[in-house]
Amino acid sequence: MEDFSTIIDWSRAHFAMTAIVHWCFVPLTLGLAFIIAILETQYVRTGNEAYKKIAKFWMKIFGANFVIGAATGLVLEFEFGNLWSNYSYFVGDLFGAPLAIEGIMAFFLESTFIAVMLFGWNKVGKKFHLTATWLTAFGACLSALWILVANAWMQAPVGMEFNPLTARNEMTDFWAIVFSPVAINKYFHTVTSCFVLGAVFVAGVCSWYLLKKREVELAMKSMKVAAVFGLFSALACAYTGDGSAKQVARVQPMKLAAIENIQDGSTHAPFSIVPGIEVPSMLSIMSYGDSEAFVAGINDFKNGNAEQGILSFEEKKVRGTIAKTLFAEFQEAKKIDDTTKMAEIAAVFKNPEFQKNNYAYFGYSYLESPEDIVPPVALNYWMFRAMAYLGGWFLLLFSVTLFLMKKGKLESNKLWLRISLWTIPTAYLASNAGWVVAEVGRQPWTIQDILPVQAAISNVGLHTVQGTFIAFAILFVVLLTADAIVLTKIIKKGLK
Amino acid sequence: MTHTDLQTYWWLIISLLGALLVFLMMIQGAQVLMHCLKRRNPQWSELIFTTISHKWELTFTTLVTFGGAFFASFPLFYSTSFSGAFYVWILLLLTFVLQAAAYGLRNREGNFLGKNTYDVFLLLNGILAPLLVGVAVGTFFYGANFTVNFSNIALDAQNATISSWSNPWYGLEALTSIPCVVLGLAVMTLTQTLGAQFIANRVADNELKERAEKWFRYPATAFVVLFVTFLVGLLLKDGFAVDAKGDVFMEPYKYLTNFIEMPLIAVLFLVGVLLVLFGIFMTWVKKSRKAIWFSGAGTVLAVTTLLLVAGYNNTAFYPSASDLQSSLTIANSSSSEFTLRVMSYASLMIPFVVAYIWFVWRAMTRKQTSQKEVDDSSELY
Repeated sequence: MEDFSTIIDWSRAHFAMTAIVHWCFVPLTLGLAFIIAILETQYVRTGNEAYKKIAKFWMKIFGANFVIGAATGLVLEFEFGNLWSNYSYFVGDLFGAPLAIEGIMAFFLESTFIAVMLFGWNKVGKKFHLTATWLTAFGACLSALWILVANAWMQAPVGMEFNPLTARNEMTDFWAIVFSPVAINKYFHTVTSCFVLGAVFVAGVCSWYLLKKREVELAMKSMKVAAVFGLFSALACAYTGDGSAKQVARVQPMKLAAIENIQDGSTHAPFSIVPGIEVPSMLSIMSYGDSEAFVAGINDFKNGNAEQGILSFEEKKVRGTIAKTLFAEFQEAKKIDDTTKMAEIAAVFKNPEFQKNNYAYFGYSYLESPEDIVPPVALNYWMFRAMAYLGGWFLLLFSVTLFLMKKGKLESNKLWLRISLWTIPTAYLASNAGWVVAEVGRQPWTIQDILPVQAAISNVGLHTVQGTFIAFAILFVVLLTADAIVLTKIIKKGLK
Repeated sequence: MTHTDLQTYWWLIISLLGALLVFLMMIQGAQVLMHCLKRRNPQWSELIFTTISHKWELTFTTLVTFGGAFFASFPLFYSTSFSGAFYVWILLLLTFVLQAAAYGLRNREGNFLGKNTYDVFLLLNGILAPLLVGVAVGTFFYGANFTVNFSNIALDAQNATISSWSNPWYGLEALTSIPCVVLGLAVMTLTQTLGAQFIANRVADNELKERAEKWFRYPATAFVVLFVTFLVGLLLKDGFAVDAKGDVFMEPYKYLTNFIEMPLIAVLFLVGVLLVLFGIFMTWVKKSRKAIWFSGAGTVLAVTTLLLVAGYNNTAFYPSASDLQSSLTIANSSSSEFTLRVMSYASLMIPFVVAYIWFVWRAMTRKQTSQKEVDDSSELY
């Protein structure tokens, strides 16, 4: 048993490491692509060569950043199968389709036009090049769309039903998956957060130049674009963040309870600014738009709350076990070719009432105790606050930067420039904190309520997972270091 | 279209993607050539690097799409092979990460690993990626050590895994299978052959072109010998056939039978092989820059049809050497009819994707790569 839980933890760590490293590169790719496209548009519109030089400078950074993001993305795609084989099969019918569409529609768009963007300056016309740059930016966004749709489905499964014959979930409504409110909100929240990171990065680098009194034209022109782009993105990110909170309250209330460290639910639920300081009723308003709304706590999900219609862990386990037992009976009937019984059971799994009352809790049948459904509370609590507070800080950063630019006082305000520079790492922290909340907050589920990590992993030995974890860890550390040094050199060199 | 039609269609798409991947791995072949010519003339090495550094993403993207499409259309293969042949896929991934890092960082100022380290990364990827892909595909014909049991889902969490590997080597055992290694080496030498032809076509340096054509003779000869060896073995061996009930059994000369019973595929396969051989002849004897077009088209045709033979005509495309009835066919491992239909609509985009890739490549490669371009692009890749 100990070995089994150790394998689960190492598999989690393996996947989490790759995802976090991947996410150190993706947001900058998405954000920077649009800033470059805007700068290049300025060049084509005005004919001012300075904009071309500036766009080319940022493209160097984009190029060095993009490749490592692409490489780690490939690893992630394959690790679904390597580490989570049951999960891959159990959801392949749903999760695979967005991935395949992503490959066909988005990756080729991005990878084809990126070559024109980086190498095509002397090979194609100005407008062709500009089109390629915009297509690279939109391609990057389109790449993000399908994987985020797939991720949203894991958080809130819709548009599917379980097929006992193939022992997996199968898609019944593609558009329900694509246009699920969770997917739409997740997509815009994630993409706008990437834009914010890109803008913070550009603003920080420009601040460094202004502090050093170097590349002033580059810095001022880029800063203007970054601050405006960043401000609008941060506003959109805050708006979609509010939407995210409401979606979490609706489809993953245990995650909300963990984020807020609520043990017992209540109406007029307060929002905890930090431990000990609370805003009364704020959480009820943020979650449901109503100060009297009941926000459930961790104990409500463990023990149940009849008054609020919340089932206990034990009740859900019983219901899920009924679904699993019925599946086992189907498999037995299949072995002896009892087609009548197979048809009867298959019909039960198609019954909406059974899906709602039993199959919806299928995953609970694999769990042992109520504690199994509680995600790490402290990590979620603090990561959520890091993300949200830093998001607020970025709004202020862009607003003040624009104000100082308008007053002509930005270059002389060394303190603000230093703050802007040192905001760069916090943008990476906020971005990854958001993903920690999204993914750690839904533990133990790989698919909400249907498949826990315990039943999702591959049948691979502990030492195999540990060994490859260490190999990838070493590789990622080396590559991150190499890339960071290269990026620093590019920035130090400037337009030379 | 029925579910069977959709499964057939998606196996064709997977086969075509696999074939395009093998063709585009000419980049890996060119990486090996780059290493081999480095001592003779470092400038050649840079010229080759600049030439392929504008194209490697396409190979990379094709691999990603191949993986994604396999996941989507045949999820049971994806979950079984990727978790089972764990070390093979992980090793493949590692080499591709090294490749991407090399293209991204090799020519940058401040790259603390040094250019030579990245060149070693490219060499490793150039050798291992096609070798491992070939070995993995070899198991499509010679079997892999796995079992599949859907009933496991009904057990407790510790025993719920559907697909399990039957030995602790997690795929590395395929490296001890002579036919699989022969196919791996054949794919590796094919990519080197294509890589040399591609470089001969793309560089504006006659001396390098001649050198590439001379070097090409080693992998081209090895490829022909290895491929013929594999093919003869394949045609004479028993294959994994599937009866009307879905049970798998061994059938003598199954793959030869498949060629005979699917004459169109047999003809296309022969055309493909002849085109590759003609391409080799064009480079070897005629010194033609256009040889890559023949070899490339031939590779796509031959590999596509070879994969079709592995999956069509009631054949198990991923046979289990541990439990025959666990073998995967395109019927028992595919996605549902609904999902395949959705994906088929999405696949209608493919001609447009191919069209714009073609358009962009033409715009980008009007001129051959010259030393001037090497100097100009030293900072970007």
